[in-house]
Amino acid sequence: MTTILIAVAALLLLAAVFGALLGFASEKFKVEGDPIVEQIDALLPQTQCGQCGHPGCLPYAEAIANGEDHNKCPPGGEQTVIDLSELLGREVLTLDADEDADVGIKKVAYIREDECIGCTKCIQACPVDAILGAAKLMHTVITDECTGCDLCVEPCPVDCIDMLEVKPTLGTWTWHKPEGIGLRSDTSVPVNVIPVVNL
Amino acid sequence: MNSPLTIKSPLAKSAKSAKNSRPIFDFHGGIHPPENKVQSNSTPIQTLALPPLLILPLNMHIGAPAKPIVNIGDRVLKGQKLADANGVVSVPVHAPTSGTITAIGPRAVQHPSGLDAPCIVLQPDGEDRWTERHPIHNWRECSPSTLITRIREAGVAGMGGAGFPSAVKVNLKQGTQIQQLVLNAVECEPYITADDLLMRERADDIVRGIHILQHLIKPHETLIGIEDNKPLAIAAMRAAIENAEKNNGGSIEVVVVPTKYPSGGEKQLIQLLTGKEVPSSGIPAQVGVVCQNIGTALAMYRAIAFGEPLISRITTITGDAVKQPGNVEVLIGTPVSHLLNHAGVSDDKLGRLIMGGPMMGFTLHALDIPVVKTSNCVIAASKEELPEPATEQPCIRCGSCAEVCPADLLPQQLYWYSKTSDLERAQQYNLMDCIECGACAYVCPSNIPLVQYYRFAKGEVRHQVAEQNKADKARERFEARQARIDKELAEKEARRQARLEASRQKALGQVDAKADASNNIDIKAIKAASLAASSAYKAAVKALKTAQAEEADASEVAALSAQVDQLKAAADQAKAAVRDAASAPTSSSGGASDTAAATQSDIHMKALKSAALEASSAYKTAVKAMKTAEENGDGNVAELRAHADTLKSTADAAKAAVRDANTGTAMPAPTSTIDPVETLKKAVLDASSAYKAAVKSVKEAELSDADNLAELRSEADVLKRKADQLKVDLRDAKAAAPNVVKESTTTEAATATQEHAPNTADPIAERAAKMKALKTAYNSANKIWKEANAALERGIREGAENIDERRAKVDLLKARAEGTRAELNELVDQAKAGIRASGSDLKSLKLEAARAESALGSKIKELEEAKKSADEERINVLYQERDMLKREAELAANALKSAVDEQGLSDV
Amino acid sequence: MALITVSSPHTTRKGNHTGAFMRQVLYATLPGIAVLTWLFGYGTLINLSFAVIVALLTEALVLKIRGRDIRFYLSDYSAVITAVLLAIAIPPTSPWWLTLVGVTFAIVIAKQLYGGLGMNPFNPAMVGYVLLLISFPAEMTRWVAPNEAHSFSTSLQLFFGHIGDVDALTGATPLDTWRTWAGNAEQLASHPILHGNVAGMGWEWVNLAFLLGGLYLIARGIITWHIPAGVLAGVLAMALPFWLIDDIRYGDPLFHLFSGATMLGAFFIATDPVSAATSRNGRLIFGFLIGVLVWVIRTFGGYPDAMAFAVLLLNLSAPTIDYYTQPRTYGHKAAKRGARK
Repeated sequence: MTTILIAVAALLLLAAVFGALLGFASEKFKVEGDPIVEQIDALLPQTQCGQCGHPGCLPYAEAIANGEDHNKCPPGGEQTVIDLSELLGREVLTLDADEDADVGIKKVAYIREDECIGCTKCIQACPVDAILGAAKLMHTVITDECTGCDLCVEPCPVDCIDMLEVKPTLGTWTWHKPEGIGLRSDTSVPVNVIPVVNL
Repeated sequence: MNSPLTIKSPLAKSAKSAKNSRPIFDFHGGIHPPENKVQSNSTPIQTLALPPLLILPLNMHIGAPAKPIVNIGDRVLKGQKLADANGVVSVPVHAPTSGTITAIGPRAVQHPSGLDAPCIVLQPDGEDRWTERHPIHNWRECSPSTLITRIREAGVAGMGGAGFPSAVKVNLKQGTQIQQLVLNAVECEPYITADDLLMRERADDIVRGIHILQHLIKPHETLIGIEDNKPLAIAAMRAAIENAEKNNGGSIEVVVVPTKYPSGGEKQLIQLLTGKEVPSSGIPAQVGVVCQNIGTALAMYRAIAFGEPLISRITTITGDAVKQPGNVEVLIGTPVSHLLNHAGVSDDKLGRLIMGGPMMGFTLHALDIPVVKTSNCVIAASKEELPEPATEQPCIRCGSCAEVCPADLLPQQLYWYSKTSDLERAQQYNLMDCIECGACAYVCPSNIPLVQYYRFAKGEVRHQVAEQNKADKARERFEARQARIDKELAEKEARRQARLEASRQKALGQVDAKADASNNIDIKAIKAASLAASSAYKAAVKALKTAQAEEADASEVAALSAQVDQLKAAADQAKAAVRDAASAPTSSSGGASDTAAATQSDIHMKALKSAALEASSAYKTAVKAMKTAEENGDGNVAELRAHADTLKSTADAAKAAVRDANTGTAMPAPTSTIDPVETLKKAVLDASSAYKAAVKSVKEAELSDADNLAELRSEADVLKRKADQLKVDLRDAKAAAPNVVKESTTTEAATATQEHAPNTADPIAERAAKMKALKTAYNSANKIWKEANAALERGIREGAENIDERRAKVDLLKARAEGTRAELNELVDQAKAGIRASGSDLKSLKLEAARAESALGSKIKELEEAKKSADEERINVLYQERDMLKREAELAANALKSAVDEQGLSDV
Repeated sequence: MALITVSSPHTTRKGNHTGAFMRQVLYATLPGIAVLTWLFGYGTLINLSFAVIVALLTEALVLKIRGRDIRFYLSDYSAVITAVLLAIAIPPTSPWWLTLVGVTFAIVIAKQLYGGLGMNPFNPAMVGYVLLLISFPAEMTRWVAPNEAHSFSTSLQLFFGHIGDVDALTGATPLDTWRTWAGNAEQLASHPILHGNVAGMGWEWVNLAFLLGGLYLIARGIITWHIPAGVLAGVLAMALPFWLIDDIRYGDPLFHLFSGATMLGAFFIATDPVSAATSRNGRLIFGFLIGVLVWVIRTFGGYPDAMAFAVLLLNLSAPTIDYYTQPRTYGHKAAKRGARK
């Protein structure tokens, strides 16, 4: 009987000690802030487009941290969903985007300056202040800053904003991945017979 | 600790290397591909006839593309600068011969993407006339900086293959000690013999160029690395050095290195000759070495001793598809087709065209691609010579690639991670240290295009970095914008509070006035006042709550709650007044007698006057406060000023109202009719604003799932009914007094203006007015349509009954909006056409104005900078310049404005 | 006319082809096969032919099921190599079903199910061999006495499962004999099979033939010297000191080097690049540990020969060995260790 009591007492003592230790540790090494939100935010593409239903990427990151689905970011595409699933240990969901939406194609806004009337509505709509201009003077998109969120297209009263696909330049072009094992690509370009004189 | 074979083991294999007086080192790996050099190194360097056209890419070097400084149609002389360096890491472009600039624009260039790049196209005139040259004969007395500037201006870029601006390479950081100057004459790639022939034929000039380099960077020793498969070149260089050293006493040493690819790689050659390793992602100068190609040394000599810019180079033309392979001195910009024709190409044999060597060169996708400063070789290969790459097979991890990798990487691991796009792992395996020499792919038994895999992965890494940077920037900008908007909102809220305060006081005054005049029978006005008071009360309560929630200062909360109490009292009072008035015997306003009207207007006058007084005193207090704040240097001056402005306008309005009322009293008859309408209008406005506030609070309640949702909604409904009732009354009143109708809905305005338009004499002004009207009309029509459409969609979702009917209505609205739009567009087009017809281009004017603005801005900034430090004279100059720019900017802005005004576009 | 636009390099080493490499390996096994046939009769050849046919058919079948290009993948000869190595390793007296089971298991389970050539973590031939060894130990240890090579008809009979008087047809291998009588000097001296010209009778020639083939492979650059040298050094490093301590209990180094599958394993099996370590130092370590294990299992284990187990165990460790033997990249101060950040 005493043995049992001793055993129980010892267990209780151990439980108390470890409980105190854990409690102390959780207080002592408390993590400030909510790093998971920052980690999620870092994975989001920062287009600030609001297609997820939140007024920016950070609010959506907060929503995801609070349990919202992590598949509502069309600009991020499948890769972002996968990355988020990995980070959060959640199931990989299919991207919540329109079937025909051209997910993954990078675009920037372009203002047809001849038609711009200088209403400043797009400037107000731009979430990253990437449109320059003043009232009654034409506006211009700073291409480098544009995230391609297309929030400026809707407010334009004269529909002079186009979303143009970003074409590769000599600076941004990269080699494509080879076709892979057992496959070959057509690598030949037709060339006319060498002209002798003027080009 | 690993690979005992690789590092710093002196190599004593080659018989020729025994001639070296110094030990050489070995680098890991390397391959021995068939050399294929004899085809082209047996004939002397030939010169080429002038090509019909020269295409000069603006980016023949690493770094920013040059900026053109000539125009289409310009006649230029040989050696004239056509494009200027753009930034530090950039070099200018010069005319290789005299002629005319026929085009500046995108042309096919030597780039694996096949994309076009900006080029200057020069049509030679056949005279080959030089521009003025400025040789520096006494360069030994010149400071390095003078010579470096000359080298840079001559457009010299590394001619070995990479094309790094040479001036940048020799412009050492202060305090850098260079032990070894390494001259790269290894030419390890198969087929290429350009440097070989250059050394055989122009060794003396190369040595002079090396002397210049020695003068520039003052190395302890100078080493020329040449592969042992070029005995003639080695002999020629040794002879030239002996010849030159007689007079000079410098120390140049030819070091023969065994033939092995890629000993010509900068890092590999440095390791071969000095045993040093250039740190990862570092530059040779960090280990006290500068490496230059011998062709570059020669170009430097020409640039300094003859004042000739880099306009030609030696290029090997070889391959089975040409009949006379050899080396030619070719003008930069010569199309490859010209070169091929010179060497006698056979079209049917040509299968692959390579610029550079077979190991690292790029295939060309067109024949009019020009030779550039880095083009050391053009290989016109037959299909048998360089057959199509074999199909990729599975990697069997044989490790041959790791055996030959000169960077001592594990290519099989890099391949695996590149293939699966595991960029993080690939970088951990030092993907970025790969020099893309192709040795791994050369030996791979599975024919895997390893280099392409690495290029792909490197591109992805760079892309990812760029994306990350962009995302970070976007996040930053978004946050900055959010902060700004919050601040603006807070300011707006503050101003709104101030306005509310003012209107509350006004309302109180009115209520008092009306309460005093117990014979006043306009219940509706009293009701409106009461509503305004209660809405003010509600807003105040809300503000109080926010303040409490945000834990504002206790004093602030107290003040607010006091205000709330006050307002509540006022509202209660107003309500009581409404009740009283309602219970009192009423007489309809429509049938009011003249005397009643007179009394009414009298009372009104009094209220107005007191309101005006109050407003102007408030304004004065505000101005005073602002001034004190300015004196104390408070931060919120701007805010105060805005506040004062608002108050001022209120005061002005009040004064104007008093004036109007005065004139009104002078003519009592119309006043009696105007008055009820005006009052009603005000009441309608107040009621609808109260309704809107109520709707808003309902929405908020909806969002927060408040308990009193139903209550709020019913309140809103009540308010709405009230507002509607008032509107009906207003209409009635208007109908009763049709001669005073001044307002109309926006669409009516449009039609009205259109109707009125023919009266105006000036057609442009007429158009402007029309455009303005149309614009408003379109906006409102569009808005109505959108709202209707939304309502329709909601209806469809909720399964409402009369969908079709509604849809028809929506379509009608849409058509109307579009019609207006079309009309508007037409007018805008007309106006634009007008501007064009008047000779001024709106866009260029806009650009001009913007440019002038920015120039002025930067000048002002410069001036500010100068004020801090510079002397007075400079400041004066800057002042003058600033004034000039200011005038310019004003002129430009005026020109733009007048152009816009002229066509009446300003409001569109 | 059309121009090819591809990434550099534009040229590759002539005759650079996995299939060509594998063919060289096959040529290198020829001397060994010839000696086996000479010593043990046609059983080796019959089994070998059958194994190759089975391997090609199963590989083709799996490729078809996986929807791959059959001709392309068969042309790398990897299935043939697996079949040949397995057929060499099993006794020449084996019936057809033994070969069938072994080869099918090697090709289907050990290779294709992992994703085919290049993806298999274990040497397929050795996986098949080990499966047979632990499933059918009797059949797998039934070797012919070296001086009594069977006639073609006897071999065929054995192949089709007509065993007859098995004991009359077979005998113990030198390694078996040594295992049985280790420590007993009298018995050891009385067994002629332990006393050939170099090592155990008959097997010395088999090993010399495979050594010859292996040297050919090194000379042709098909394999590097690291793994074979490691294996032989490992065997030697264990056998020599123990033999010096007690030459009755422990076999002499030459006996270990030239008995059983030592040379076959060192030059043909451990060098399978797919499942071996890839860095130079890694290969030395890989080979050395195989050598050590071979000696340890031969001396203390339950099986007479140990090459298959040793190779499979080291296949398991190959990624770890690679991880710790990465070379120092040019321009870096120290070698990075894989995924460590």
